[in-house]
Amino acid sequence: MAQSSWPDLIHRVLRAQRVRQVAYVPDSGHARLIDLARADREMRAIPLTTEEEGVALALGAWLGGERSVLLLQSSGAGNCINMLGIIDECRVPLLMLVTMRGEWGEFNPWQVPMSQATIPALEAMGVAVKTVERAGDAAETVDAAARLAFNTYRPVAVLISQRVVGTKEFK
Amino acid sequence: MTARHKSPTLDRRKVAAEILENRGDALVVAGLGAPCWDIAAAGDHPLNFYVWGGMGSAAMIGLGLALAQPRRRVIVITGDGEMLMGLGALATIGVQQPRNLALVVEDNEHYGETGMQQTHTRFGVDLAGVAKAAGFRAAATIRNAAQLRSWIPKLYRRPGPVFIDVKVTTARAPLVLPPRDGTILRERFREALLGPQAARE
Repeated sequence: MAQSSWPDLIHRVLRAQRVRQVAYVPDSGHARLIDLARADREMRAIPLTTEEEGVALALGAWLGGERSVLLLQSSGAGNCINMLGIIDECRVPLLMLVTMRGEWGEFNPWQVPMSQATIPALEAMGVAVKTVERAGDAAETVDAAARLAFNTYRPVAVLISQRVVGTKEFK
Repeated sequence: MTARHKSPTLDRRKVAAEILENRGDALVVAGLGAPCWDIAAAGDHPLNFYVWGGMGSAAMIGLGLALAQPRRRVIVITGDGEMLMGLGALATIGVQQPRNLALVVEDNEHYGETGMQQTHTRFGVDLAGVAKAAGFRAAATIRNAAQLRSWIPKLYRRPGPVFIDVKVTTARAPLVLPPRDGTILRERFREALLGPQAARE
């Protein structure tokens, strides 16, 4: 089960980091992690209608003393841009786990523009960006990103390569 | 939309003041623009969180807070334009069913901070209807003082999520500006709610 192990390890990291609110948009790359969060009684799984809702949720959770995480695809990173301003202005931790589309062996050309813009767009809004190219690095990188976010009160995104997630097959 | 339009009569300052008069230990989130000034005019409080930006965020900030603090009542007071920009949040809140969350929209049917253009509600879009359809346990449109008086206790005590859309006039009120530095607003809120250890989290 090498393919399912990296989400399991990330789930373990999120538990250890006392992440309570797990906000997500539907995503096949995060499907396993979403299932784990939904089954975890110490976590609240919160499906969103759009990614920016999760940014605002993170601010509310932090005001109330809870840690959150936002699971999304690179396709939705752009939806967060204006909302990231409230995180920057209030110096609030935000941990974003972004699975990449349009980046590694992509079939669908419509996924490429936002994929190409994900890093510059997030960085333009003050988000520290870390990348994962190998499944074996995922948990360690998420752990480091969570510490950076929650200990220094800043937005941090971990971009998980399509190479790790697996390229969507159109057949 | 062809619904016959009824002009709002309630004064937004009085509405906000009445809602917050007996707030107890409730946590209050103010949506950007005039609701911030209304809530500041009703009395600044460390457990008021004024959102000066991020239009469309107020309801979701309220949800994150309500889930983190299930024993405290969370009251979000925002405007119709702000609510319309984050309409999906009503569906997200409908799924979560936070019993301690109430949303109040001060609905003047205009974008008051940006040139007084009419909002969708002026043309009949029914925010309370959307909230009800999204799964809010109680939702109503409020048009007069008697209705408001009967709904205020429900904002604090009825199992949520609760939603009211209060029709208010476009009359201008004097600016009453709350603090605006986000880090100060965040930290005084967290300290008042979580105690001095919040700064060491």
